[in-house]
Amino acid sequence: MAETIINVVLFSMLVLTALALVRMERLFTIVMLAGVFSLLAAMLFVTLDAVDVAFTEAAVGAGVSTVLYLGTIALTARGCKPSVRPSTVPLLVCIITGAVLIWGTLDMPNFGDAEAPAEVHVAQYYLTESVKEIDVPNVVTSILASYRGFDTLGEVAVIFAAGVGVLLIISRMPGQGRRKDKEDS
Amino acid sequence: MRHHLILRVITKILVGPIILYGLYVQFHGDFSPGGGFQAGVIIAVAFTLYGIVFGLRAVYAVLPPWVVHRLMALGLLIYAGVGILNMLSGYEFLNYGAFAPNHPSHGQHLGILWVETGVGITVTGVMIAVFYAFAGRPPRMGDDDW
Repeated sequence: MAETIINVVLFSMLVLTALALVRMERLFTIVMLAGVFSLLAAMLFVTLDAVDVAFTEAAVGAGVSTVLYLGTIALTARGCKPSVRPSTVPLLVCIITGAVLIWGTLDMPNFGDAEAPAEVHVAQYYLTESVKEIDVPNVVTSILASYRGFDTLGEVAVIFAAGVGVLLIISRMPGQGRRKDKEDS
Repeated sequence: MRHHLILRVITKILVGPIILYGLYVQFHGDFSPGGGFQAGVIIAVAFTLYGIVFGLRAVYAVLPPWVVHRLMALGLLIYAGVGILNMLSGYEFLNYGAFAPNHPSHGQHLGILWVETGVGITVTGVMIAVFYAFAGRPPRMGDDDW
C-alpha cells in the first residue's frame, strides 16, 4: 500500500515536472528542472530496488549532465526562440508515437510476473550460482563484470568513443584554437 | 566565480571527501551498490566542481588535459589487457579463472577488481574530458548575464 502511494506521488511529480519543462522558456530553469526530473527518476529506481541504476541516474542525470547543459548555455544563449510555426503536426506525431508505445506495453508481462522472460532465462542461474562461482555479495557486480564482462567491455569502448567524438567536435586542442582565432580576425 | 567566498570554502572542504567517496564506491562495489561507472562519475564530479569554482587554470594545474586524454584510453586498455592476459594463460578472453587456477572465485575477485578499475578510469577520463571540452571554449556570456 505504502509503495503504491509512493509510486503514484513520484510518477505524478515526474509528469508535472515534464509538463513544466515543456512550458518553460528560460533555459537555466529548464536545466535545473531537468536535474529535478533525473532525481525523481532516481527515486523511482530506488523503489524498484534498482539501487545501482538509481545511483548512476543521480550522478549522471542530475550531476554531470546539468553541468554540461550549463556549459552549453554559457556557449550559446540563455533563452530559446519562441516557435512561430504551428505545432499541430508535431503534436500529432507525439500522440501517435505515445499511443504506439502504450500499445506495445500491452504485450509486456505484468510488473513482478514470475513467468516474465527476464525471470525464466538466465536470471535464476545468476542468482543461485553467483555466490558459489564468483563469491561476490553484489550480484549486479558479478553479472556486470564477470558473466557479462564482454558486454561491459563494449560499453566502456562506447563511452571511450563518445568521449573521443566530443573532443574531436568541440574541444580546442593546443595550438589549433589560436590558429582559428587568427583566421577570424 | 572568484568573488564567492562561501562557495570557495565549501568546495575546498568537499573535494577531498567526494574523491574518497568515489574510491569507496569503486572498491566497495563488490559488496554494496556501485562500481566503476558510478565511481568514475563521482570522481569526475570532484574535479568538475573544482574547475567551476576555481577556474579552469587551477584544475588544469592539478590534472592537465593531456593526462585526462590518456586516462580515457588507459582504462579501456586495462580492461582489454585483463582479457588478453587471460588468453595468454590458456583461458578464454575475460575468463578471470586464469588468475588463480586452483581457486576460481579468487581469480574472479581479482579479475572484477581490475576490470572495474579500468571502467572507473575510462569513465573519469571521459567525464572530465567532456567537461574540459565544454568549459575550455571562451563563453559568450558573462557571470552576471544568467
